[in-house]
Amino acid sequence: MTTIHIDSRPYIAQDGDNLLQQCLSLGFNLPYFCWHPALGSVGACRQCAIKQFKNEDDQRGKIVMACMTPVTDGARISIDDPEAREFRASVVEWLMVNHPHDCPVCDEGGECHLQDMTVMTGHAYRRYRGRKRTFHNQNLGPLVNHEMNRCIQCYRCTRFYRDYAGGRDLDALALRNQVYFGRHEDGILESEFSGNLVEVCPTGVFTDKTLKQHYTRKWDLQTAPSVCVHCGLGCNTIPGERYGTLRRIRNRFNGAVNGYFLCDRGRYGYEFVNNKHRIRQPLLRKARGAALQSAIKHDALQHIAALLSNGNRVIGIGSPRASVESNFALRTLVGPERFYAGVSEQDNRLLASILDILRQGPARSPSLHEVELADAVLVLGEDVCNTAPLLALALRQSVRTQPQKIAEKMHIPHWNDNAVREAVQQERGPLFIATVAGTKLDDVATRTFRAAPGDLARLGFAVAHALDSSAPPVQDMPDALQELAVTIAEALKTAERPMIISGMGCGDRAVIEAAANVAWSLSNTGHPVELCFTVPECNSLGAAMTGGVSFESAFETVVSGAACNDNTADAAAEASTDVTADFSVDTIIILENDLYQRADAAVVDRFLAAAKHVVVIDHMDNATCARADVVLPAGTFAEADGTLVNNEGRAQRFFQVFVPEGDIQESWRWAQDIMTITGSCKGQPWMNLDQITASCAAAIPLLQPILHAAPPADFRVGGQKIPRQPHRYSGRTAMRADISVHEPKPPEDPDAPLSFSMEGYLGHPPSALIPRFWAPGWNSGQAVNKFQDEVGLPLAGGDPGVRLIEPVPARKAEYFSNVPTAFTRHADEWLVVPLHHVFGSDELSVLAPAIAELAARPYLALNPADAAELGLAAGNESRLQLLRATDGTGYSLPVQLKPELQRGVAGLPAGLPGLAGIILPAWGKVTRLEIGMKQGAPP
Amino acid sequence: METPLTNNISPGKEPADLRQYENAGGYAAVRKALRLAPAEVMAIVEESNLRGRGGAGFPTAKKWSFVPMGDDAPRPKYLICNADEMEPGTFKDRLLLEGDPHQLIEGMIISAYTVQADVAYIFLRWAYKLAAERLESALAEAYRQGYLGKNILGSEYSLELHLHVSAGRYICGEETALLNALEGKRANPRAKPPYPQVSGLWGKPTVVNSVETLCNVPHIVNRGAAWFKNLSRSADGGTKLYGVSGRVKKPGLWELPMGTPIREILEEHAGGMQGGYRFRGLLPGGASTNFVVADQLDVAMDFDSMQVAGSRLGTGAMIILDDKTCPVGMLLNLEHFFAQESCGWCTPCWSGLSWIEQILQGLEEGSGQSSDLERLQSHARLLGPGHTFCALAPGAAEPLQSGLKHFGDDFHRHIREKRCPWR
Repeated sequence: MTTIHIDSRPYIAQDGDNLLQQCLSLGFNLPYFCWHPALGSVGACRQCAIKQFKNEDDQRGKIVMACMTPVTDGARISIDDPEAREFRASVVEWLMVNHPHDCPVCDEGGECHLQDMTVMTGHAYRRYRGRKRTFHNQNLGPLVNHEMNRCIQCYRCTRFYRDYAGGRDLDALALRNQVYFGRHEDGILESEFSGNLVEVCPTGVFTDKTLKQHYTRKWDLQTAPSVCVHCGLGCNTIPGERYGTLRRIRNRFNGAVNGYFLCDRGRYGYEFVNNKHRIRQPLLRKARGAALQSAIKHDALQHIAALLSNGNRVIGIGSPRASVESNFALRTLVGPERFYAGVSEQDNRLLASILDILRQGPARSPSLHEVELADAVLVLGEDVCNTAPLLALALRQSVRTQPQKIAEKMHIPHWNDNAVREAVQQERGPLFIATVAGTKLDDVATRTFRAAPGDLARLGFAVAHALDSSAPPVQDMPDALQELAVTIAEALKTAERPMIISGMGCGDRAVIEAAANVAWSLSNTGHPVELCFTVPECNSLGAAMTGGVSFESAFETVVSGAACNDNTADAAAEASTDVTADFSVDTIIILENDLYQRADAAVVDRFLAAAKHVVVIDHMDNATCARADVVLPAGTFAEADGTLVNNEGRAQRFFQVFVPEGDIQESWRWAQDIMTITGSCKGQPWMNLDQITASCAAAIPLLQPILHAAPPADFRVGGQKIPRQPHRYSGRTAMRADISVHEPKPPEDPDAPLSFSMEGYLGHPPSALIPRFWAPGWNSGQAVNKFQDEVGLPLAGGDPGVRLIEPVPARKAEYFSNVPTAFTRHADEWLVVPLHHVFGSDELSVLAPAIAELAARPYLALNPADAAELGLAAGNESRLQLLRATDGTGYSLPVQLKPELQRGVAGLPAGLPGLAGIILPAWGKVTRLEIGMKQGAPP
Repeated sequence: METPLTNNISPGKEPADLRQYENAGGYAAVRKALRLAPAEVMAIVEESNLRGRGGAGFPTAKKWSFVPMGDDAPRPKYLICNADEMEPGTFKDRLLLEGDPHQLIEGMIISAYTVQADVAYIFLRWAYKLAAERLESALAEAYRQGYLGKNILGSEYSLELHLHVSAGRYICGEETALLNALEGKRANPRAKPPYPQVSGLWGKPTVVNSVETLCNVPHIVNRGAAWFKNLSRSADGGTKLYGVSGRVKKPGLWELPMGTPIREILEEHAGGMQGGYRFRGLLPGGASTNFVVADQLDVAMDFDSMQVAGSRLGTGAMIILDDKTCPVGMLLNLEHFFAQESCGWCTPCWSGLSWIEQILQGLEEGSGQSSDLERLQSHARLLGPGHTFCALAPGAAEPLQSGLKHFGDDFHRHIREKRCPWR
């Protein structure tokens, strides 16, 4: 801490920072463009010019760029100096020379940083009389729109896209006032972080193309703090709604989680909410074989009451994509012993294992921000670029942590971005990536290793043994692999913040245990370590904490129960007979879960056929709904409130963005309604989210802290709620005028301290309740500066979310000893492993048209040598048949060659439409599909 | 009068080959320097008061002194010869490159030895094709003879020297933009600090010197600092290549004592103005220097005197403005060049220079307004040093602001008459 003088008044400032960051942190409105808190300073735009004086006697001073000038003790600067003001006004005037003067009709207007800065500097009159330079715009794919005439050449786009996110296909081309920020030719942007260009660009060069499909003015959006549902990281988002449809997603800064950025799956997956296959009314099947028909809410509930009145023969299947509260409500409805986790046996075991490892410790799970700070990383088994993209982005920053020391030695401040990059050059890491196939992070990896999951686990076990000889050894390690293990061990051992990253991506428990062993061997030998696991869905960990055995157990119970009760059922023939029939089931209630996404279709078919009645609570018409007797319309993340637990074990609250049409409501409210109508409600019914959250916290000790994930519904600031609508929201009195000229009362919200109106507290609410970032004069997302005590650091009052898992740090951990044997090829059989795709592998985002356009198409990946043996070339049709499929089910797939795949291993894209529900890894046979044999597959 | 830099040069003829160069005393300085410690060589150059001939006049030994020395200095270290001569009106390096390539190579070996550089590059202007050819062949000779490569002349010192032919942009002459270009990146200048001596080419300690600077080094080492200082007519040591272009009787290039007065160069060497042309002003050191007018012609052409006179020595290559040439048109031509050569990095440069060009274009076409002069005045001020990322825009502002000062009436005539009076 040091003292600086700004316009002759003393302020306490942070040593080592730059003056721009400090001035902003101190609340001054100093305009800027090229600087970005996550990207650092480059001194290009010259907008943040201030006057700096040598000492008290210096009256002349000189113009400096605040972003490029370090804070020094006793520094004297002036923001108000007339010369500095004149220069800043000139910079905006220069920027506006070529910029279109169409703010009132521009689609960036209203949240344009350039517009804000132009107003801030006072530039109001156009003196340039010449022609503006113009550009050709490119088609950059379905996500990002390109409008180069608006460009002010601040270089933020390429600095984010290339330097920060590792993209290669966007660059600054040409020179003078004609610098072109684009691709070498039209085409889809390759980076899965391309959507951040929309927020990084200070004006409207890059805009949200999906918003353009259903455009609305930015100040007309109703917004609420939300959490992304498209992977397990729990990035914070701001969804915006108008006229009952979700229009877009913006980043919601959370210093501990996603910071300033989102991935494209998270930003653009939202359109599933508007999908035409949404369920908006209860659906009822009057009799088996009849069609599902719309029903009124009361009839549907009556029908369910009738189903349940017949004794206690009901089970519930939860979901990792439903909130903690919804899972808990179903658990309460059916009873904990009849509640099943909505995941496969394999996933349930992996999740239990992860939860156990994290809870026992001693390795702590890091936040995404802490991942950025890691200085040596081992990624074991997880293609984070596709299963947890923002984690990959964080790792891309972590590889700069150690090399940063080179720049420190030269006394280059960390924020002097280009100077640091020039000093550091190609130094990266150490980062070791051991995965089944290549990843997009390989370009910054120190070493990579490709093998079958079991061999990846063996590498992990060997690293652990190299670190601590009391960890179980690995037999028969090839020399090269042993050398790699020792290299990795050495890098981790000498690091200050080593980190191990693994996850459920390759479906192998040994991989997870090996990762734990590496972490524990570091800890047991006195080294610091953090252990990060990815999980597949937005509430995988929360659902795992809610308990319940896998749905395969439910299948077994139901199918065998049906077999014993009803010998005429077809299912009886295939059901195992060793399960006793004391537990018969009439009705299954399935919560936000398409079982066909999670198990082989034939298995689910048998299960649903065996149950007498199926009730589904979900928001999307899917294969499971099609088999239901009653379907109740659930709210998506945008139409509901609840709590999600991310991979870190951080519980975060998401709030309803808008009131949906029809009977859509939170799943937990449906469960409550069912309990109310059947009279099975024990104690008081839950009237709002806080009540069910409290019940949940009381019933499940691990979830106790979720009470504090966000302020309760009765929280007020000065007696007021936080408005979801900005104060400029337009047309409120007119938008229903065709129906009635009387303005209706805004909908009540019993669940949140947020209102569905413009009225309320306009200041800064607690961080978990920020519905949008706005401050006077700051209409763009850059207003987030005003919500931080120190710009770029956590939100004032702390970042949202509460951590549920804090391990015992000093504990001496017991090693896992189940070291798998080395992978050996089977004659004529392949170990089929899942390959994840950021676009395609997620059930919900792929329902968004823009994501669907980018989704991977089904294929079978083979090592070229294996393919050659099979007589297959790239693009040939192959047939894959899993050994466990006894009914002859198979898949016809075009072949892709992946040289990095170990021989004997085949890759199948995970979760793609048409390939969902295949539990991998599994052994299978691959054959060449002769022409004419193609019909009948894929299923 | 001694002319050490051009002694071996006979314009229009092939340069001296290695044997001829050696016979004329060449490479003796390398032998001498290698027997001295690097610090001793540095001391000689320091004492000679050699100042960088690229235009800024920074003391060469001082520039070298910021390079980390000793065993724990980062390696490899680099020496780069900036041969990207693109300053308008300037063609002095070309003479040295084409006329005596071994002189440059010898200077580079000694300079590299002094900072203990491991690798050296000649960053050559794309258009200097003949120079490239002659350098290539001289380099091959020097390698064959053991002046370059491993253990030069049996010493412990090794140096690899490469010729890099630039893709060609004015901004590559800016030493940090040159480094980016050499790394294969956009030729945008870098932020300073850190200076190249600390974090230069590929993040390693790097010195960038101009051709003329490096060519002086062998002579200083050979003949000593006192001799070098004595060559000069001012405090700055040595000789200087002065050039004159424009409507003079004998445009050309001469090696003269540093500090020769402008009038002497113009009248004695360039032969005075051509018949029918009257002198109006000149840009003393390439395009990015302030105009010098008739009453300043007795100023000595050295770094300090020119600064006192309100201009800069720059490259020492003068461009003469005569009375039959429109000063607005001349400025338009210059500003067009600068606007075109802006790398596009910082706003005042990429936007301001284009605007200046547009205004000047308007004046020339007869559509000027009196407010245009205010715009030009304010631009000349706002593009000043420190306001922009590098020196390109301040350099462009110099002829503009001095042009407005000295030829203001001509600007007014353009507006008043709604045309260019010279057309």
